[in-house]
Amino acid sequence: MATTSTEPERPQATTSRRAPKHGRGDRIFLGLSQAAAITILVTLVGVFVFLFVEGYDGLSLPADSYSEGGGATTFLGYVGPLIFGTTLAAIVALVIAVPLAVGIALFISHFAPKRLAVPIAYVMDLLAAVPSVVYGLWGGSALAVALKPVITWMGDHLNFLPFFSEENVAVNGRTMITAGLVLAIMILPIIAAICREVFSRTPRLHEEAALALGATRWEMIRYAVFPYARSGLVSAIMLGLGRALGETLAVAMVLPSSFIVTLNLIGESSPRTIAANIASNYKESTPSTQSLLIATGLVLFAFTFAVNFLARWVADSNDRKLNR
Amino acid sequence: MSTTETPTAPFVVPFTAPRLPSWAPTAAGALAVLFGLLLWMLGIGLVGSAVLAALSFTVGLPAWSRVVEGSRAAVDRLVTALVWASFAIAMIPLVWLLYTVVDRGGSTINVEFLTYEMRNVIGDEQGGIYHALMGTLLVTIAATIISVPIGLFTAIYVVEYGKKNRLSKLVTFLVDVMTGIPSIVAGLFALALFVLLVDPAYRSGFAGSVALSLLMIPTVVRSTEEMLRLVPEDLREASYALGVPKWRTITKVVLPTAFGGIVTGVVLAISRVIGETAPLLIVAGVVDSTNTNLFSERMQTLPVFIFNQYGLATDKGRAYAWGGALVLIALVMALNLIARIIGRIFAPSKG
Amino acid sequence: MAKSIDVSDLNIYYGDFLAVEGVNMTIRAKAVTAFIGPSGCGKSTFLRSLNRMHEVIPGARVEGKIVVDGQSLYDPAIDPVAVRRQIGMVFQRPNPFPTMSIYDNVLAGNRLNAKRLKKSDADAIVEKSLRGANLWNEVKDRLGKPGMGLSGGQQQRLCIARAIAVEPQVLLMDEPCSALDPISTSAIEDLIYELKSEYTIVIVTHNMQQAARVSDETGFFNLKAAGQPGHLVEFNPTKKMFSNPDEPSTEAYISGRFG
Repeated sequence: MATTSTEPERPQATTSRRAPKHGRGDRIFLGLSQAAAITILVTLVGVFVFLFVEGYDGLSLPADSYSEGGGATTFLGYVGPLIFGTTLAAIVALVIAVPLAVGIALFISHFAPKRLAVPIAYVMDLLAAVPSVVYGLWGGSALAVALKPVITWMGDHLNFLPFFSEENVAVNGRTMITAGLVLAIMILPIIAAICREVFSRTPRLHEEAALALGATRWEMIRYAVFPYARSGLVSAIMLGLGRALGETLAVAMVLPSSFIVTLNLIGESSPRTIAANIASNYKESTPSTQSLLIATGLVLFAFTFAVNFLARWVADSNDRKLNR
Repeated sequence: MSTTETPTAPFVVPFTAPRLPSWAPTAAGALAVLFGLLLWMLGIGLVGSAVLAALSFTVGLPAWSRVVEGSRAAVDRLVTALVWASFAIAMIPLVWLLYTVVDRGGSTINVEFLTYEMRNVIGDEQGGIYHALMGTLLVTIAATIISVPIGLFTAIYVVEYGKKNRLSKLVTFLVDVMTGIPSIVAGLFALALFVLLVDPAYRSGFAGSVALSLLMIPTVVRSTEEMLRLVPEDLREASYALGVPKWRTITKVVLPTAFGGIVTGVVLAISRVIGETAPLLIVAGVVDSTNTNLFSERMQTLPVFIFNQYGLATDKGRAYAWGGALVLIALVMALNLIARIIGRIFAPSKG
Repeated sequence: MAKSIDVSDLNIYYGDFLAVEGVNMTIRAKAVTAFIGPSGCGKSTFLRSLNRMHEVIPGARVEGKIVVDGQSLYDPAIDPVAVRRQIGMVFQRPNPFPTMSIYDNVLAGNRLNAKRLKKSDADAIVEKSLRGANLWNEVKDRLGKPGMGLSGGQQQRLCIARAIAVEPQVLLMDEPCSALDPISTSAIEDLIYELKSEYTIVIVTHNMQQAARVSDETGFFNLKAAGQPGHLVEFNPTKKMFSNPDEPSTEAYISGRFG
């Protein structure tokens, strides 16, 4: 029987309790929380705004301000090679990191005995914890030296590919490939972590369906795990890409760079990334060069924001699809 | 009834298909090691022999399997070898890097290094990282003071008040996107902000804190959010049933329950930003002496010290860079460890 | 083609925990054998040991012998992959591969073995298997559509088609109808009756009436006591089992006094 409307409201045992909401303390608290959330939104917008305001002048400087950029005369001419360098370094890193990350993720989710799963996760955490300046130190010295013979070999034997030219091979080992390798190690943890999570969430039912048909472990992974993990993999790759695009120190400390545009990965002078350019030039910057650097920073921000936005969107829509 | 046509010859895989003996992988491994030793004795470098030995195992065992067991099993063994190899390969850079840092930085560390500054240090005189350590401490503390309230309250909003409304979803999504902001962009933002609001030549530790908090806030929000969600709804309802207002429920019931996890998240966020160089390079700058005023003048921080010393391209500079790197890594690892310990101490006991 | 299975002194372990103890039975070829018993008594565990799916769980192992066609399945020289190829399985919840079409789902097992399947051969196999599963007429016009788009009962028949497409010797079914509505259940029971002329079928079911309807022989599993391993109490032709069982506990279970 329905309760009559004249009865005072009493908490019923069967309905979930609604929080009393109208005290003054609550209003203040709610206000604080909302303010915090809005601050974040405002800050994000603020980044765009402030970078734009301060960088705006950099878009239309007199032509010789851009000349440091390999003789460029416009903003586009200046930032173009930088965009190329940023993208090249990130792609080299991805090419190295993604197969490795997938292998590690598979190892943790499907191959490792339980005792090994915890240590390897710990190793991944440690890799992620090392600061980028230390990666830069190590990459520019220890790794570069160790890679010298490999680089020479590549110059001698792989020069039919546009990535390895036998001219001007860097004798100190500090090349785009070295930087790409360091970047790859830096983005490995995040790609592996996402892949591992998606691989582990493959429904047991589908794995068993494959095994019951007489599939080997690899075939089971092909039939059940990879199809399930497709968009998670895409999202992981894009997040790794975003991280690699924005990395400053590791690249700046490893690569002697200039504004050249080349695919050669083992040359003495390598393309420069936006971030490395800012880091090298900020010190002796006049107000106009400062705004130029900030403008390039805005370009970088827009770029990485778009990549990250897309990556999260893909991940979210995939989550929604699979939760039906 | 089903049709009774004679079945086309089925692809019968007889039970007794030949298999490699169970000692096969070990034998192949031993052979590969011997092969590597042979190459090394023939003069091929250590790294080259190791790589070639590993390759010979990765190719050899599947090839053997192909002959005996068939191609499906061979492919399976190949994939298994590759997956194990990726595990091994992942360990190498970490071990190598840590070894290099300890090896090259160890000799620089001494009491003076940790307590002297670089002011007026010329030539071969002993300098130190004291000013950098102070700077890092101050800048990081300030960043934490900025980030934790904002991050905490945002998480509270999303979990306790927002509950799936549009603002919460938007904030959660954008916080995720924010984790991808390049650190140098955060630095540029702080630079632009203070240049506009204060002075084009303004550099300070505080500006660095602002940049760092931009990087810390997403981590704090996400981990706090997770911790708050873990608090069972029953706990909140029990509190409401007693007539406790919502905000008190949050402060007296929810937050204490989630406390350990939240602190762990904050410590992890600190360990992430303590090693950030790029933003501090731009707005906090490089100086040789200790500056304890966050709001005026440049302030040296440890990562920037490392970068700067390395850039001097002198022997002493490099030595100091490695020494600083060792201290920095020790700090980061210590923070990670503390975070783990806190997490374990405060983990809700499983009844 | 369908073979019989001889089980002797089978013990099934999860790590150190003995789950099922001392099973002895002979499963007749080209007949339907049902396993009944209360929850947790080891019927599904035993079923999974027949096609070596049990050992997929880390630490799980088996002692004793299971012999098919003169071959002991657990001989160290035997590859579990080969065993599972010969002994197919249908699961409690239908599990067609979600990213594949109906056509590709049916062929999934065949494609593992034969790299190149001529289109005509492939089409023939698909039609034969779908007809065998009583699904052909319902899906013949939409073979390219995703397997997940079918109803529950159709999906389960698709899984049966996929299982019989590789022409196994034995077909294991682990409570195949428990997730289905009565009409689909009845369709699958009819299907089982048709399939038994070509395959040896072993079915685990919670539903005694289903066992009585569908099977030729029945095995009753039970726990000796709480915390004890499960064991085979009785194994007899179905008619006898349900009218005049040998064991008192069988009689008690069948008349609903426990379970």
